[in-house]
Amino acid sequence: MTYFSWNLVTDLRGMWQFEFMRNAFEAGTIIAIVAGIVGYFVVIRRSAFATHALGHVGFSGAAGAVFLGFNPVYGLLLFTTSGATGMALLGRRASTRDVEIGTVLAFMLGLGLLFLSLYNGYATEAYSILFGEVLGISNAGVAFTFWAGVAVLLVLLLVYRPLLFASLDEDVAEAKGLPMIGLGLIFMVLLAVAISIAVQVIGVLLIFALMVTPAASAVRLTRRPSTAVAVSVSIALFSVWSGLFVSWYEPYPPSFFIVSVAFALYVAVRVGSQVKVRIVRPSTTGDRTESGHSSEHA
Amino acid sequence: MNDTSGLPPPSSHGEEAIHAERLEVSYQNKIVWRDATFHVRRGEFVAVIGPNGAGKTTLFRLLLGLQRPRSGALTLLDKAPRRGNPIIGYVPQRHAIDNETHIGCESIVRMGISGHRWGPGLSFRRDRETAAAALAAVGASGLAHKSLGTLSGGELQRIFLAEAMVGNPEMLLLDEPLSNLDLRRSRELVELVAGLVRSRNVTTLFVAHDINPLIHHLDKVIYIANGKVATGTPAEVLTSERLSALYEVPVEVLHDSRGNLVIVGAEESPGGEAG
Repeated sequence: MTYFSWNLVTDLRGMWQFEFMRNAFEAGTIIAIVAGIVGYFVVIRRSAFATHALGHVGFSGAAGAVFLGFNPVYGLLLFTTSGATGMALLGRRASTRDVEIGTVLAFMLGLGLLFLSLYNGYATEAYSILFGEVLGISNAGVAFTFWAGVAVLLVLLLVYRPLLFASLDEDVAEAKGLPMIGLGLIFMVLLAVAISIAVQVIGVLLIFALMVTPAASAVRLTRRPSTAVAVSVSIALFSVWSGLFVSWYEPYPPSFFIVSVAFALYVAVRVGSQVKVRIVRPSTTGDRTESGHSSEHA
Repeated sequence: MNDTSGLPPPSSHGEEAIHAERLEVSYQNKIVWRDATFHVRRGEFVAVIGPNGAGKTTLFRLLLGLQRPRSGALTLLDKAPRRGNPIIGYVPQRHAIDNETHIGCESIVRMGISGHRWGPGLSFRRDRETAAAALAAVGASGLAHKSLGTLSGGELQRIFLAEAMVGNPEMLLLDEPLSNLDLRRSRELVELVAGLVRSRNVTTLFVAHDINPLIHHLDKVIYIANGKVATGTPAEVLTSERLSALYEVPVEVLHDSRGNLVIVGAEESPGGEAG
């Protein structure tokens, strides 16, 4: 094990001598890019809860795969894409029906628990599905992540503008002839694939940190969608890289560091934007009524 | 001469923007209104007035091709309505925008230009110029880089108008753009729309709850109430006799000295907010 020096190149070279560390960086990079982009759509479509739920649906899929002796990622993919398809076909804005989603979510988590106990309980399997096991990604896992990531990005390139339109301005997009249910379905399946590969790094319980937090910070930093996507990806990449970097020197799980960096950036952005609002508009709060102009003279 | 007889014209002529004949429409298997025959000429500024739930938005859904009539004929510029019709600019009633909406105004206007195109976009500069021109046309150039979530109701409506006008549509459908505006902002927005109608000869249907901010600019009123549709000039439709017949109860239309109307006796007065 190498020690921390202030020379970043030497540090990284030291880490990358180890295959598991190279794999972690490679898979983490692909996942951060995919999660950063898909996460932007999660935020503007306000389907954060659906994302959370799909993670839990994926948990039972992964646990079922472990029980049957398959690679958990296949179980994840199967369950998340089925769940995503179901939600999308329920119609527009089904992803905001939180009571129904929550009901299914709890059941899926229970089902996952059953599968794990049937498997005769290696707690480590449950632990890695719930919280991620980025240092345990195999070469095959990296290859799978790469191809899944490429597929998601290619589809996104094709549907980017219509999906953006449908997400930001539903009624006009529908009137313009865009296939709303089709776009909703495409988005949910992309989300399912992104979650399935991201679980390797961060686990189903911490999926928010990569799928939502970076994009939630990004939308507060820029008003232009393409820039927000770029910022979201950058934050996700920075979180993953710095989390992995720190975890090399500390005996604690990388997931914790990744989540912490993403969270710290989010808090900084929120605090920063509050301060900015105070400076720009010292005495008024954002008024949406027309009477705000004279409201501070009472 | 204005078409006010309620009868179909003797022959189809090119100046007709909307032609509806004996239309009957339903929403979730209930008939909303029936036996509606009216026509709108090219370049007319038309108010669509009526109580909540009377079926004003349903009329828009028909024109946008999002819904089909149960019976009757409807044509737009001599063609059947269809979804994705590029001749229409549409401003829906929007509820989803709050101060958590972190999207720039220019970005939303650009959706109107290229949001429906598939594949990667390559015409950034042209889109930006088109968006800038559209924002200038509604007097909102200064808002281009503001976030939608920070705008006032009147500013938001200007942005949506720019988004709808960006493809130079021949017809504008505006669904309750005045719903969150006070009377002064309402009149400003109506002036802006009326200016666009006249300068670009764009046929405009304007759904409103209150006719008074619009009344001096209108060519025609489509009044929907009680499952029926009455059309004509404001002076013809907004009379005690016509509205009493429409509602099937005695309704009285009162005028104040500035030409504002107050409608008394209908379940819900569309002219109630005297200015």
